[in-house]
Amino acid sequence: MRRRMRGIAVAAIALTSVLSMAACAKDNGGTGTGSTNNASGGCKLAEKPAAATATSGTTATGEKVDGSALKVGLAYDIGGRGDASFNDSAAAGLDKAKADLGIKEVKELTAAPNEAEDAKQTRLRQLASEGYSPIIGVGFAYAESLKVVAPEFPNVKFAIVDGVVEGAANVTPLVFAEEQGSFLAGVIAAYQSKTCHVGFVGGVKIPLIGKFDAGFEQGAKTAAPDIKIEKKYLTPAGDFTGFQDPTKGQEAAKGQIDAGADVLYHAAGASGKGVFSAAKAANVKAIGVDSDQYNQATVAESKDVIISSMLKRVDVAVYDFVKAVAKNDLATLPKVFDLKVDGVGYATSGGKIDNDLKAVLEGYKAQIIEGKIKVSDKPTS
Amino acid sequence: MGILRGKLLPPALAILFSALLCGVALVVSGANPAEAFGAMVSQVGEGTTAVDIINSTGTYYIAALAVAIGFQMNLFNIGVEGQYRVAAVVAAVFGGSFALPPGLHALAIILVAALVGALWAAIPAILKVTRGVNEVISTIMMNGLALGLAAYLIREDVFGELRGNNIRTPEIHESGWVPGISFGASGTVFGLVFLAAALGIGYWVMMNRTRFGFELKASGESSTAAAAGGVSAKKMVLIAMLLSGGIAGLVSMPEILGRDHTYNLNFPAGIGFSGIAIALLGRNHPGGIAFGALLWAFLDKSGLALDNVGVPREIVTIMQGAIVLSVVVAYEVVRRFELAAEQRRVGKELGTVAA
Repeated sequence: MRRRMRGIAVAAIALTSVLSMAACAKDNGGTGTGSTNNASGGCKLAEKPAAATATSGTTATGEKVDGSALKVGLAYDIGGRGDASFNDSAAAGLDKAKADLGIKEVKELTAAPNEAEDAKQTRLRQLASEGYSPIIGVGFAYAESLKVVAPEFPNVKFAIVDGVVEGAANVTPLVFAEEQGSFLAGVIAAYQSKTCHVGFVGGVKIPLIGKFDAGFEQGAKTAAPDIKIEKKYLTPAGDFTGFQDPTKGQEAAKGQIDAGADVLYHAAGASGKGVFSAAKAANVKAIGVDSDQYNQATVAESKDVIISSMLKRVDVAVYDFVKAVAKNDLATLPKVFDLKVDGVGYATSGGKIDNDLKAVLEGYKAQIIEGKIKVSDKPTS
Repeated sequence: MGILRGKLLPPALAILFSALLCGVALVVSGANPAEAFGAMVSQVGEGTTAVDIINSTGTYYIAALAVAIGFQMNLFNIGVEGQYRVAAVVAAVFGGSFALPPGLHALAIILVAALVGALWAAIPAILKVTRGVNEVISTIMMNGLALGLAAYLIREDVFGELRGNNIRTPEIHESGWVPGISFGASGTVFGLVFLAAALGIGYWVMMNRTRFGFELKASGESSTAAAAGGVSAKKMVLIAMLLSGGIAGLVSMPEILGRDHTYNLNFPAGIGFSGIAIALLGRNHPGGIAFGALLWAFLDKSGLALDNVGVPREIVTIMQGAIVLSVVVAYEVVRRFELAAEQRRVGKELGTVAA
């Protein structure tokens, strides 16, 4: 009996250490249907949109807002500060608020992957009971826990990025039109692809990432109707490790590159690092997501392949929210952070977007803002 | 004394050792261990943490029992992870699709969950008894399939519905909810925590007071010897695996029927793997497992305080790993020590060894 238990124990230890790897050993995609390289021609592009007439109005206000009395709490989603993506963007907004509004006290807590619901509640309670207000839950995963915690602290102002909490008056939703920004990323990919074949790497197959997918596809197909698009999600819904696994990102990207794609767009959080290194190894192009990834220290070694990034201005939303709380004027916040309010957009750092392409992008942007192009938020497949 | 030393000393030593190890890790990473451990202990009194620990203990306990039943038959069911996930989705879909009278509805959901867990475990079980496929390999693969199946079932065009950026199964009607014991602002203990306790008692009775339990242990020890005694090892493998899967299917029932009333994207993962560690820690004994589950839940929930005081929370993971490793080592050391002592004693009595 004892001997057997020992054997099992040893096996258990060995196994639990490889379990995560075993669970990860899935196919790495790239089941493209063969590529037809039309030499160096690139895509046959659709007619370019009319040049944009009006410049989009940014709300540049020079007024001084004093937020020194605020204690701001941030509850990050998995990855936290340093994920080179979504959470980092929120962190940037917080840092800006700290600098501009004179906020002295901030506290940042981070979620663990696959944690239980009550862990999120505890995190929010920790912040609220220590007197932090406003408190921002970064990520839709906080929606359910905010539904419980927000009513317990009616005087605390909460906000949730990417989510809506019904029936809680003290929770401000900060939601984005990711599909609109991704549409422009798709246009960039179509114009920059030499093989007329591009790829999308999504972190986890959830509706939120579907919005990136849908916009990218529509944008690429609008700009170049014949374009081929590879798609790969790293993990199925329910397994959030897909946002945290650069190795998987690299494998998926490599599969798409092998299938012929030469511009890759990722919406995979920290896994995007792997997409960039695969792109660098194969000398193809990549488009970042959420933050301006060209300028990010964590992916600096691959920065020369990053031609642009789809900007999801979580930083703007976080900053605007904190500022609105300081001014006690939450009503002025936009309902959706879309192209119109520069809540989403594209980055030009690195100089890979020339003026011609910029004019095209501004043209499409204007059409989206005017409503001439409706970008779907659900992928076709 | 002997029993105490043999059974309680190793885990106590193991916990002490891993706390020490984590202390060193904390010092190396530049944090103050006293402050970190202090924060963890005082976290228990904060908010709903105490209740969360109890709830989580129940969940871990069920998972570890499922693993332990397999261990008794020398089966290594790594598939608890997948079994409870598939069971949770199917039970949530089942429960959300119609209403039954209160009580009956919840009971039906629980039965469906157990049944689905058992069915999911039946696949590796049948593969093992008919084709000799190692259950370790097949259950790991089933875990991957479970994730995929669950993701498929909650698709919007299948059973799921979109809520903001989340997807979930239709909410279970109130008649299917299992009320808990409310402690006001300190939270609500899930009613089905008592199901966990009942399962523990049932497990003890089965293993120690029934013929089936005896046969299970016997064929786990030596299938050939048991076969000579008229016990079919294949039948035992099949039954043990089905039981293990059935119990695994119940793992998420306290949370789903007590709080969430739906399966959504925030569904926790990794409980099945923790169950393996806890079953090892508890040496397959229902009491030992209860202690292990409590310890695990405490580390999990109070570990949230670490992030709050600026200490990397991963220290808890180190501690959990260190506990399992050192428990195994400690049992082995104590066993050898006792064996040597026994040999010396026998030798002395026989006069073959100089006193």
